[in-house]
Amino acid sequence: MLTVGIDSGSQNTKAVLVKDGEIIGKAKIPTGFNANETAMQAYELALLDAGVKIGAAVAVVVTGAGRKAITFSNSSVNETTAAAKGIRHVNPEIRLVIDMGSEGCRAIKLKQDGKILNYEINDKCASGAGTFIESMARVLQIPIEEMGAYSTRHTKDVPMNAQCVVFAESEVVSLIHQKETVENIAYGIHIGIANRINSLVRRVGMTDHIAFIGGPGSNIGLVQCLHKELKKDLFIPKSPEYISALGAAVCAAESE
Amino acid sequence: MNPDIPDWRGGLVTAGVDIGSTSTQAVIMVDGQLYAYSSIRTGSDSPNSAMDAINIAMEGTGITSQDIDFTVGTGYGRVNVPIADKTVTEITCHAKGSNYIYGSSVRTLLDMGGQDCKAIHCDETGKVTSFIMNDKCAAGTGRGMEVIANLLSVPIEEIGDLSLNVDEEPNPLSTICVVFAKNELTALMRNGWPIEKVLASYCRAMAIRVVRLLERNGMEANFAITGGIAKNTGIVRRIEKMLGVEALTSELDPQIAGALGGALIAKTLVEKRK
Repeated sequence: MLTVGIDSGSQNTKAVLVKDGEIIGKAKIPTGFNANETAMQAYELALLDAGVKIGAAVAVVVTGAGRKAITFSNSSVNETTAAAKGIRHVNPEIRLVIDMGSEGCRAIKLKQDGKILNYEINDKCASGAGTFIESMARVLQIPIEEMGAYSTRHTKDVPMNAQCVVFAESEVVSLIHQKETVENIAYGIHIGIANRINSLVRRVGMTDHIAFIGGPGSNIGLVQCLHKELKKDLFIPKSPEYISALGAAVCAAESE
Repeated sequence: MNPDIPDWRGGLVTAGVDIGSTSTQAVIMVDGQLYAYSSIRTGSDSPNSAMDAINIAMEGTGITSQDIDFTVGTGYGRVNVPIADKTVTEITCHAKGSNYIYGSSVRTLLDMGGQDCKAIHCDETGKVTSFIMNDKCAAGTGRGMEVIANLLSVPIEEIGDLSLNVDEEPNPLSTICVVFAKNELTALMRNGWPIEKVLASYCRAMAIRVVRLLERNGMEANFAITGGIAKNTGIVRRIEKMLGVEALTSELDPQIAGALGGALIAKTLVEKRK
């Protein structure tokens, strides 16, 4: 049975084609201004990726910030449900999932059976979201994909005072003027975010078996700092940015 | 320069310098009366900004640094005022300065600076009795406004008036965060909203944010606003409407409140010595 999950994020739209519980095709494209059009494109690209004909009967479930704008899906699920479903599908041991997107971060605590116990969301402040890393990468003039690598090569701890993206940009500029290295600044940035994620996790209650999903899951520098602040091992699934889309696809399969 | 004081010589000349994160003000007083002042952009070199501001204030007055009996430095960069005889916190200075600018009836002050936002209570002498400050989040600060002004290519001084040029008040932006606001405002522009409506939505959101801060500290008549924000009519009118109060007005530039307070405190310190 084929199902498609689409995660219409504020920055990127991710689509996965799932057959018998496995991802056989996927696509990720910038959402841009028309979430619906982009979702359709992502859907078609995911099918193409799997070599499946467009037009094949497929159940589609959509999630993400832009889900209400999508007209062609069978149904939608909220991001919390999608993240929880997706992570438990790849790792049934997980009791807490941290899902970080471009414009928000949520910590979801799960019961033993995978149902949601409670959750906390920060989507009010950019400093706890992927956008923070993106802005800092711009100021440091390095590609965002390299932020992690730079951070792991740090030689000393340079704590950031500013929490806000706008103030942090000025602080990073001063640090650059003071001849601080990009590696150390990147590390300071990641420690700052990891600190904020730690506060979010504490609000739902710390536990073992924690997973980290979302685009920033591929940032090894951030993961390293998160491990340090949470003082817990972290499970990072393969293709962390697709887990919520996977969750939506699993929901589609379950309702068939 | 104040034409009411014919000659500064023989009087007690004091100065206050407020080095903010964004702008620097210098005020010169003679016997506790405002004599001259300046306001400039803070450069990356704070000590120079302080000296530049004082020099500009002194221009045309005949006063030199040696003639100033006492200088108080305040603001974010107050440790960097080379000629300051003493540094005092900006909250203390703003309250004192507001007392001069708006009169002794001021009890509640809203100060919106370059990188912070404060709700202050003071008594009839301009002494601070309580305050709350936000210096963690750019929303409701001058920097936040600048980011939006740059995004929309509108000079910051024009934002207020443009935002009032709407027939009907639009909903406020759904977000407080400056960074998220950028995306939301861009989307509104793309949906064909005229710039006035976009700015109205933003100013309304900022006013709501600021009113929350004020209410947490408690409102007490009379109310006044200092700092750069006082010049943004779009936010001022909306705050007044939400609180149901009218902010006191003055012919003096509200942005100099901090430096003015510093110069007044300088006078008090000199008099205490004697």
